Amino acid sequence: MPSYVIPDKCDGCKALDKTACQYICPNDLMVLDKEKMKAYNQDPAMCWECMCCVKICPVQAMELRGYADFMPLNGMVTPMRSSDSILWTIKFRNGTLKRFKFPIRTTPEGSAVPDGGFASGSDDLKSPLLFTEPESTKCAELPSL
Amino acid sequence: MAKWETVEVTTDVLICGGGMAACGAAVEAAHWAKKNNLKVTLVDKAAMDRSGAVAMGLSAINQYVDINSGANTVKDYIDYVRNDLMGITREDLVANIARHVDSSVHLFEKWGLPIWKDKEGKYVHEGRWQLMINGESYKIIVAEAAKNALGVDNIYERVFITEPLIDDQGRCVGAVGFSVRENKFYVFKAKAVLAMMGGAVHVFKPRSTGEGLGRSWYPPFNSGASAYFTIKAGAEMTCQEVRFIPVRFKDAYGPVGAWFLLFKSRATNALGEAYMQTRRDELDKWKPYGLVKPVPANLRNWLMMLDVMEGKGPIYMRTEEALQRISEEVPDEKERKKKLKELESEAWEDFLDMTISQALLWASTNTFPEEKPSEIAACEPYFIGSHSGASGAWVSGPEDLAPKEYFWGYPNMTTVQGLFAAGDASGASSHKFSSGSHAEGRIAAKGAISFVADNGDGGDVPDAKIEELKERILRPLDLFEQNQNASTDPDVNPNYIRPKQFMFRLQKIMDEYAGGVSTNFTTSEKMLEKGLELLEFLREDAEKLGAENHHELLRCWENVHRMWQAEAHMRTIMFREETRWPGYYFRADKPEMKDDWKVFANCKYDPKANEWSMMKRDIISITESAPAMA
Ligand SMILES: Cc1cc2nc3c(=O)[nH]c(=O)nc-3n(C[C@H](O)[C@H](O)[C@H](O)COP(=O)(O)OP(=O)(O)OC[C@H]3O[C@@H](n4cnc5c(N)ncnc54)[C@H](O)[C@@H]3O)c2cc1C
Ligand code: SF4
Ligand code: SF4
Repeated sequence: MPSYVIPDKCDGCKALDKTACQYICPNDLMVLDKEKMKAYNQDPAMCWECMCCVKICPVQAMELRGYADFMPLNGMVTPMRSSDSILWTIKFRNGTLKRFKFPIRTTPEGSAVPDGGFASGSDDLKSPLLFTEPESTKCAELPSL
Repeated sequence: MAKWETVEVTTDVLICGGGMAACGAAVEAAHWAKKNNLKVTLVDKAAMDRSGAVAMGLSAINQYVDINSGANTVKDYIDYVRNDLMGITREDLVANIARHVDSSVHLFEKWGLPIWKDKEGKYVHEGRWQLMINGESYKIIVAEAAKNALGVDNIYERVFITEPLIDDQGRCVGAVGFSVRENKFYVFKAKAVLAMMGGAVHVFKPRSTGEGLGRSWYPPFNSGASAYFTIKAGAEMTCQEVRFIPVRFKDAYGPVGAWFLLFKSRATNALGEAYMQTRRDELDKWKPYGLVKPVPANLRNWLMMLDVMEGKGPIYMRTEEALQRISEEVPDEKERKKKLKELESEAWEDFLDMTISQALLWASTNTFPEEKPSEIAACEPYFIGSHSGASGAWVSGPEDLAPKEYFWGYPNMTTVQGLFAAGDASGASSHKFSSGSHAEGRIAAKGAISFVADNGDGGDVPDAKIEELKERILRPLDLFEQNQNASTDPDVNPNYIRPKQFMFRLQKIMDEYAGGVSTNFTTSEKMLEKGLELLEFLREDAEKLGAENHHELLRCWENVHRMWQAEAHMRTIMFREETRWPGYYFRADKPEMKDDWKVFANCKYDPKANEWSMMKRDIISITESAPAMA
């Protein structure tokens, strides 16, 4: 079943302008059943278990149940993603718990400036220097062989 | 015909795809477009924040040449790539990426990607070329810069690029596609087009065919669009035989890089023998590349496969041994505990950042790496020209590095005027990975802007042609609609084939005849002939694909794209009368590497004549001194 939706928790993202899980799934798997206002994975066997949907769901209504054809039951991996870090909880089949926290970015969300603060560089469309080079290479000039 | 609105978008530069290469292209193109008063449009089949191979994140940047510190040179990188690909590489392309890649990495850092640093503030390396990152949000960050550069109004998400538009001079002047959300057929008209739609998976049957069908190492959402688009445009293709078979933790396909490179773990067979040692003599057969350090990826695979074929499996990553050794290196008990805690966290992050399934598999099988080893295995074959495979379009090199045979006007332009390729879409320039694909996207985008500045408008494509394309692309919806009542089961109907069964048929052909898992990656001329014969029926039946809704229409065209990748692949394996990458595929009828095959095997489809042609292209080195041995 890969990713699945817990019906009691899913509110169909009714407060948002788009259904978060449906918006993000890179494989076009999540669909909103508009009558029930619940989402579902329309083709679990094409799921990559990337958890993009799980991470984005605003009410934690999504989880993974490992691919039934090779994963024993009762393992669980749960992410909690904030604006600068992600907290993972791993539950083993035998009940062991592990928690890990990792940073995910060093800048505020939305703030990436295309030139990264480097000088824009050459004006010559025919030169091999790209936008922000040579400064962004941290070499005085474009490296050669 | 299904009643869909036709939406026409006119632009100057069209970027097809929204992955690493496309995000690099967006930043570069936006900059030069502003100076030259041009418009840039990007189209992605998914949401750029999480589209493509980096959707889940990554735990390492695999190409950083580290030129500014003097650690390596561009030439060092060329040597590495050439040897890993058994001599078959476009040095000019590899060099071009290598001289720009550090710049992309420095940009990532400024945009907010956490790259590990040591106490002195230097990047932490996983191996010579790899940097460790906290990469859960790698794609979000890189897409953010691209979106900020282009502006959301110039970005179309959830539009599947289906076919190239070619004018009567043979120049690429746009693309058509469809929305997977609304009844909209898109016609993008452009002066230059960038094909950056990743590689291909599910061309071969995956090892798991139940619920785990989607758990290929390579993401199921990259389905050969780049190959299809460039082939159908009439571009010459290269290295279509050079598929990639990664060896990964078995079943969930978690990464092994950190275990091999960072933790210096060994892999052994079930008897505890390390195949890299016990089978060392075999490497002589693949001289000179067999004797190079590091041993080429495909040969490492090969030694392992030999053990498997002799029944010496399962093969294990000896995690318990590696962790034990590292802990013994720290005599102080408190320090040791701290060190082990750190290592544990690093090991889990490696999975959680890029293959969450592997973490889940360890949890669900009570696997503690310090206690017991974990199985590794060869995955099924994939097409990923940016990694350790090499398939893609044959593109022009840069004027200042390329020999004249490899230069035709603009860097990364395919042999079709106005059509550019980068990342998985361009061939013979392996080992660019996430960072090099981004850099190559930038290179191609600048080339495309320069092409537009020099060449202006292309020819128009007649409306009748567009209507014909629209009818063909939407036909699966019509076929389903018109015929669904011919049986009581929508899956079993004599008038159409649903995309999933079509995919299974393709996978069965490839698996059994083109050297998939079930034949131990072995094939031969006769097997390929049979495979091509069966593929021809599939090609005819592609006209009978049926789709119930938008999602299935997407699946139909993904599988048509895969089918063309499959054909280019079989034809090229058949053309190359030798075995050169035994750990990627083995031609049982031509089991040795041959000097006279030290050439590129290229192919080209002629859309007008509906014919394929095969050709050899010379390998021209731009570094005088040969590596230890080429
Ligand atoms: C499992 C895995 C692990 C990896 N690990 C690492 C690593 O640790 N470090 C590293 O540096 N590299 C790693 N790589 C390699 C890296 O991910 C690729 O080199 C890189 O993503 C290639 O960039 P690309 O732009 O060619 O393709 P992608 O980034 O995959 O982008 C393809 C884009 O095309 C879009 N697309 C596809 N078809 C269509 C269509 N028909 N119409 C419109 N859009 C379409 C997709 O939605 C996506 O946006 C890994 C790859 C994989 C698969
Ligand atoms: S886990 Fe990934 S592939 Fe599966 S439904 Fe969620 S977003 Fe889609
Ligand atoms: S994102 Fe969560 S709440 Fe919103 S539709 Fe999906 S499962 Fe339901």
